[in-house]
Amino acid sequence: MKLSERWLREWANPAANSTALADKLNMAGHECEALPLVAELPTHVVVGIVRETHNHPHSDHLHLCQVDIGAEAPLSIVCGAANVATGMKVAVACTGARLPGGVTIKPTEIHGAHSEGMLCSAAELGLAEHSDGILDLDPTAPLGADIVKHLQLDDHILNLELTPNRGDCLSVAGLARETAALYAIQQTPVVIRNAVVLQTSRSVTIDAGDGCSHYVGRVIRGLKPTARTPDWMRERLRRSGVRCLHPVVDITNYVMLELGQPMHAFDNVKLSGTVHVRRAGAGETLELLDGQDLALTPHDLVIADDRQAVALAGIMGGMATSVTAETRDIFLESACFDPVSVAKSGRAHKLLTDARHRFERGVDPALQRRALERAAALILEICGGNADSISEAGRAPAHGLDITLRHARVSRLLGCDIPAVEIPRMLGRLGIETQSAAAGAWTARAPTYRYDLQQEVDLIEEIGRLHGYDHIPVHAAPASLAPRTLPETVRSLDAVRATLVARGYHEVVTYSFIDSRMLNLFAADATPITLDNPIAATMDVMRTTLWCGLVSTWNYNRQRQRQQARLFEAGACFEQAQDGEVHQAQRIAGLIAGNAEPRQWGQDTRTPDFYDIKADLDAVLGTAAHQATCEHASHPALHDGRSARVLLHGAPCGWIGELHPSVCDALGLPSAPVVFELDWDTVCSRPLPAYRPLSTQPAVRRDLALKLAADVTANQLVQTALAAGVDSLKSVEVFDVYSSDVGDNALKSIALTLVFQDNSSTLRDEDVDVAIQHIVAHLKRSLNVVVRGAGEQRT
Amino acid sequence: MDDTEDTLLTQAGADIAAAADVVQLEALRVALLGRKGRITERLKALGGLAPEERRSAGQRINQLKVEVTQRLETRRTELATQGLNARLLRERIDTTLPARGQPVGGLHPITRTIQRIESIFRILGFESVQGPEIEDDWHNFQALNIPESHPAREMQDTFYLLNGAQLLRTHTSPVQIRTMQERKPPIRIICPGRVYRVDFDRTHSPMFHQVEGLYVAENVSLAELKYDIQQFLSMFFERDIKALFRPSYFPFVEPGADVHIRWNDPTKGERWLEVLGCGIVHPNVLKAVGIDSERYTGYAFGMGVERLAMLRYGVDDLRLFFDNDLRFLEQFA
Repeated sequence: MKLSERWLREWANPAANSTALADKLNMAGHECEALPLVAELPTHVVVGIVRETHNHPHSDHLHLCQVDIGAEAPLSIVCGAANVATGMKVAVACTGARLPGGVTIKPTEIHGAHSEGMLCSAAELGLAEHSDGILDLDPTAPLGADIVKHLQLDDHILNLELTPNRGDCLSVAGLARETAALYAIQQTPVVIRNAVVLQTSRSVTIDAGDGCSHYVGRVIRGLKPTARTPDWMRERLRRSGVRCLHPVVDITNYVMLELGQPMHAFDNVKLSGTVHVRRAGAGETLELLDGQDLALTPHDLVIADDRQAVALAGIMGGMATSVTAETRDIFLESACFDPVSVAKSGRAHKLLTDARHRFERGVDPALQRRALERAAALILEICGGNADSISEAGRAPAHGLDITLRHARVSRLLGCDIPAVEIPRMLGRLGIETQSAAAGAWTARAPTYRYDLQQEVDLIEEIGRLHGYDHIPVHAAPASLAPRTLPETVRSLDAVRATLVARGYHEVVTYSFIDSRMLNLFAADATPITLDNPIAATMDVMRTTLWCGLVSTWNYNRQRQRQQARLFEAGACFEQAQDGEVHQAQRIAGLIAGNAEPRQWGQDTRTPDFYDIKADLDAVLGTAAHQATCEHASHPALHDGRSARVLLHGAPCGWIGELHPSVCDALGLPSAPVVFELDWDTVCSRPLPAYRPLSTQPAVRRDLALKLAADVTANQLVQTALAAGVDSLKSVEVFDVYSSDVGDNALKSIALTLVFQDNSSTLRDEDVDVAIQHIVAHLKRSLNVVVRGAGEQRT
Repeated sequence: MDDTEDTLLTQAGADIAAAADVVQLEALRVALLGRKGRITERLKALGGLAPEERRSAGQRINQLKVEVTQRLETRRTELATQGLNARLLRERIDTTLPARGQPVGGLHPITRTIQRIESIFRILGFESVQGPEIEDDWHNFQALNIPESHPAREMQDTFYLLNGAQLLRTHTSPVQIRTMQERKPPIRIICPGRVYRVDFDRTHSPMFHQVEGLYVAENVSLAELKYDIQQFLSMFFERDIKALFRPSYFPFVEPGADVHIRWNDPTKGERWLEVLGCGIVHPNVLKAVGIDSERYTGYAFGMGVERLAMLRYGVDDLRLFFDNDLRFLEQFA
């Protein structure tokens, strides 16, 4: 909200300059900035009257004007504005004038005509960004008066960002109450004279009681067609960013800014019968003031006459009953609408108006009559006419809530002791009346405009605000802690992050919502969760895999001349299960792309392969890597021959592989990155180490070269060997794989190192020979594996 | 016997010193001390001498043998050292050439910042707690004293899912709600994580990170809140921070405050800068999770991770965090 500082000071005038006032409001929780109205006050600009206008002989848009500024002789001024007219009061920049933009006025020749000054527009006076034509001043503006004085240009704009709970401050009256409370000074509110009533008015009724607590209205008849909004009001509206439209509309806007009551004026002739506050009927429509056609729903609260809806309550009036230049009789509305109802309709129809802004924050439920009288008085003064009596429906409360306030609670929440005698005084400054209740407690009665005061804590905040948060002491908490730490059997994600960083990975953070088309490339089989209101078409679904973000990030960097990258991300992925349940799983995923390693003088560059990233997968798994296996499986995003499901203790926990060639093609990747993704919740657990005694016996190592079918995996071979039933066999490792020298595509050759050890006795060669024979026989039986050549070798 | 032992020693000494390598040295040893060596021959010849002469000649020749043996050994050591040095010289490499293998990677600046925040709050006795990012209206709004149609809902424009049945959390406060439902006070936690709001420009991202904190115990007031926030900010910025607490409004706290610190902006000069929001937990929130608000009071605070990271590292565009340009990320490695 923007407000003229001078206007506020008419109501509450603390002995503080603009900056100090803004600071004070800031420190009370009202974000505020005071900016000068005009960059520089104009000099030698005075009120004048245009006595004569003639067309310029050499120009079709310039006028030659004779302008009287109350001096002996009129000034000859050339003016290009289309709206200049004889008899108009204008702002005249005389010779020697200096305008806010730095322009100085000198006598000059324009197309051969002498000009002794300039007629100013609002923009030229620094009051507006742009203006159409020159400023048209009040007919009553005194000739020769300094424009600075006449328009009160020596002013500041208070630019306020108010929190949603303080709708009561969205007016001069409200801010003046707050200012007076903060400075502990008296206020001087405007005096409102009630209109003298001649006849009874149009009747009003509230049919939807939950939507409106109080509705008052009155008819004002016989408005003067020549009425104009006076300069002082125009200026105040301008300073609040409100455009002048029609004297009646301007007055309702003015009263809204002054008192905080949004109002509406209907053309009385266009209303029929009683004015109703009701819910809209199904299928009912309303053409709004801005020309928009609304399809109303039964949630919408409307103002209606006996025939139809004429306004969307508390948001905007209708076109059919709007006030126009021809309007002579008006029906003036001042009501208190339900904030929730206004907020819902406003949101549903996407209508943002000043009225909605105020109503959804709450309007003083006791303000309607006062505002109606104020607006009527201004209308009678400015537009003439006669007021009918006030029609009323619903009622205004006499006061706000009664709230019990305990002194001990104040100290306990604020952490400082505020003397009991101070508290009623502080609250009194805010218009809150207190009465002593039980010992150390009061009953506090909130004023009607402080509908935000609902509970004891709300009052405590008010006391804290007036006391000043800066004056609240700083105390270390007495140790009432609840320390907990990660169990040792759960690995910390940060430690795994550090492992990947040490292995050359950069962590990335990508959006959780991604492009559904991209996701389709990676996880055509997943059921992603779609956003109802995505911010962009490329961010329309929640990710079901971290790979999209990693691959996009690689592509982004590749396009910026990166040759290689190792990237990882840890974060949640989202999926909808068959039963509709939302699954949110923490995952960790990695990618190696481009070159396997940075170019180096001592080695050839090569593309990364499955086994490069498998090492990193193992590093992420940590000790669990021994229990994890890769099992060939198909994944829509992965190369079918180079992809595996990762199993931990036999349960699936992730994927690893090379990106599918068609995914690479679709994304324009020249070479295939290798990737992994693990379900963090599954892989984060680890057993507590349990000590086993170390064997004192020497170990015996034997190597074994084997020939086997190409489709038998290394893991099958190792597991089968371990399962042969030889107790002394401690480990089996693959140390070589040949496939070219077997001479048969269906066969391959694998060399194993077997390590034997007995816990209690030294193994003899003969024992090991027997064990080897047993294992070889078992491999032959189970997997049709044969020993290849002279395989035995002792080390 | 024309040579004296002295001349023999002189000559042998010269030959040994001139031996260029271990092969020559070994040949000299054989020529002098081998089975047919000149010194061995002399020892053998002793038997032919008269007994009185034999004794003194034997002494002299043995002395000669000891002396020659010693010189051979000295020379052998010398040659070995020379040989080793020559080999080391031959094997010399350019130690300034770059290394092989992976250069170290780095953590994302957001993670780095969250880790710093967590480590500071750990010292202050806070545990870090996580929660779901897809939430329901109750946990994200209603339990936090933000009823439907509350104007505060517009302060954090929400992403909805599944036809409005679920939403992306707009703050990490629902984690506080979940924790308060599960545990009894005292509760002293922080909740870091991703949050989402419908907003996208230079200073707003539809996804960003927050760390919120909660302390609920028997005597918690604004004074303790001020202490902990002051401690945190001073540790985070590594200087003595005087935090300014200004009244503000968040539906889930009352009294509420914004915290400002003095900040020297290169373009805007020294000014007050808002860094976080906080306040005393609203009784309606405690009521929603079944905590007796008469017995327990609490404070809560929330801060934007990106904002703190931007201030700390001088980053001037929020979007950089999500572009993941390696040239940017490497600056935090």
